[in-house]
Amino acid sequence: MMKNCEYQQIDPRALSVSPSSAQNHAGKSAQRPRRKWEVFPGKNRFFCDGRIILARQSGVLPLTLGLIVVTCGLFFAFDCPFLVEHLTVFIPVIGGVLFVFVVISLLRTSFTDPGILPRATPDEAADIEKQIDTSGSSTYRPPPRTKEILINQQVVKLKYCFTCKTFRPPRTSHCSLCDNCVERFDHHCPWVGNCVGKRNYRFFYSFIISLSFLTSFIFGCVITHITLRSQASKSLVQAIQESPGSVVELVICFFSIWSILGLSGFHTYLVASNLTTNEDIKGSWSSKRAAEESGNPYSYNSIITNCCATLCGPMPPSLIDRRGFLPLDEPIPAPSASEMELPPFVAKNDAHMCTQSTKDVLERVVHSFDFHGLCPPGTPKTSPLGPEVSCTAAAPSPQTLPSASSSLQHARQLVPAPCPPFSRSSKKEMDSLHSINPAFRLASPSPSLSRTTLILGDAPDLGFIPLP
Amino acid sequence: MRQSPKLRFCVQTHSLQDLQQPAVSSKVFIQRDYSSGTICKFQTKFPSELESRLDKQQFEETILALNNLYAEAEKLGGKSYLEGCLACLTAYTIFLCMETHYEKVLKKIARYIKDQNEKVYAPRGLLLTDPIERGLRVVEITIFEDRSIGSGR
Repeated sequence: MMKNCEYQQIDPRALSVSPSSAQNHAGKSAQRPRRKWEVFPGKNRFFCDGRIILARQSGVLPLTLGLIVVTCGLFFAFDCPFLVEHLTVFIPVIGGVLFVFVVISLLRTSFTDPGILPRATPDEAADIEKQIDTSGSSTYRPPPRTKEILINQQVVKLKYCFTCKTFRPPRTSHCSLCDNCVERFDHHCPWVGNCVGKRNYRFFYSFIISLSFLTSFIFGCVITHITLRSQASKSLVQAIQESPGSVVELVICFFSIWSILGLSGFHTYLVASNLTTNEDIKGSWSSKRAAEESGNPYSYNSIITNCCATLCGPMPPSLIDRRGFLPLDEPIPAPSASEMELPPFVAKNDAHMCTQSTKDVLERVVHSFDFHGLCPPGTPKTSPLGPEVSCTAAAPSPQTLPSASSSLQHARQLVPAPCPPFSRSSKKEMDSLHSINPAFRLASPSPSLSRTTLILGDAPDLGFIPLP
Repeated sequence: MRQSPKLRFCVQTHSLQDLQQPAVSSKVFIQRDYSSGTICKFQTKFPSELESRLDKQQFEETILALNNLYAEAEKLGGKSYLEGCLACLTAYTIFLCMETHYEKVLKKIARYIKDQNEKVYAPRGLLLTDPIERGLRVVEITIFEDRSIGSGR
């Protein structure tokens, strides 16, 4: 009858707690699932629940926006009425289109992830450290590590980033203002309030080009306006008095046109030769070498291809997954946890109650079911497995998106608000997760978990009865 | 007097994770191969830690397939230029409605990895992690403890 196992009356409290945090935090606000942007290590600021990313010092961005809006406002107010009357109605139309384009490009540049590389996980960092032979060095900061590789028959040095704990890919640089490694790092633009890198370079370029057009257009229109007016009223001073806004515009445009046009020209050159500002300033590929090609190993040696590749190439995804949910790795909150003798969710160091053999039996049984049906998605796990691998499916289960599984579950519970402008990653992720792994469709963890804990049909000397 | 049978249950106090997830023995990281530039490509060198578990050919096949998929995502061609130009003309607002080509291929990659895990890696006690979860830096292969030994009491 009663065998050698430890028998105790079922404590329903124990059962409801053991699937724990997944269930609890639907109720408890203290355990609300956090998104990855909330624990992002770099110096960035996030808005709109992670949809918008900005550098910490967005310093001059308001000034840039302000200047553009004020200048255009004055243009529409003072110059357009006169010019529509005397010239053509297309002037405000063109001005309007350019203005919209400029503002959208600017906001896109500022609020887009420039290509931030997420920092290495502890396992990765340890693996890299192992590979670099420190030969027993006891200094805290080992000497700078570099790795030389061949790219298109050119030697390129990859540097080790101490903050991000990886070897930086080629063309990647660490921005000290944002404290992130950014791929294809161009520069950190204070006017835009963000780094300019792989993902937002095309927005930056369209911003400065369209801004050049806008500035030149307004400048030309203002000059025309004042000229026409002074012809009409036979006096320049009077013309200016009639339209004071035009003078303000003139001054702003005059001073900005040099820098904007210069910048546009410079970046056009960079785009045509597939260089970054960073590389150009450092003179990484200055052609001291062979004359037939530029020393740049990334160039396609054709201006058109370079332009197309930089500006019209495929849009790489954001690697930092701002709106993904963190895997829940808080310990079991319930006070009864200690009484229950339930081992904490630690992968390797569990105190097992029963023998290994019992576990094997249970495993076999669990395997015999369709474990997709029984697997509770997103049950928490602590870090020995790394923050990403938090799935609880049977061994070894093909759960390739474990952290996302908890995000999916919580997302379903929380029903996020519809996503405004720039980042639709959350909805897309959820959709893709739905389609990728049907296991994730299966809903709440607790009933299935309690069921599986106790369904053991053919365990020989353990009489388990499934709970309803 | 007959005692009403009190049902007593043997409470299995393992967490489900213990039962289902074996311990992680180690992790292998396949680094990026930058010999062709900045495109996403992984090294095909077979790591020694996997020698006991996996065929070199299968490993290479997986990595080459992944490399091809990423190359497809990053390919410069008519279609990607068209997408880029269209996006530029609509002031990039078109990305609010449309999924980029890259994202479509990433989904394909995720399906492929899941498929590979189910067919090849899981039966050998291994788990491939999608590189996108590691910022496209590495392909992480988790090696689980070998539990095929003994079930005797």
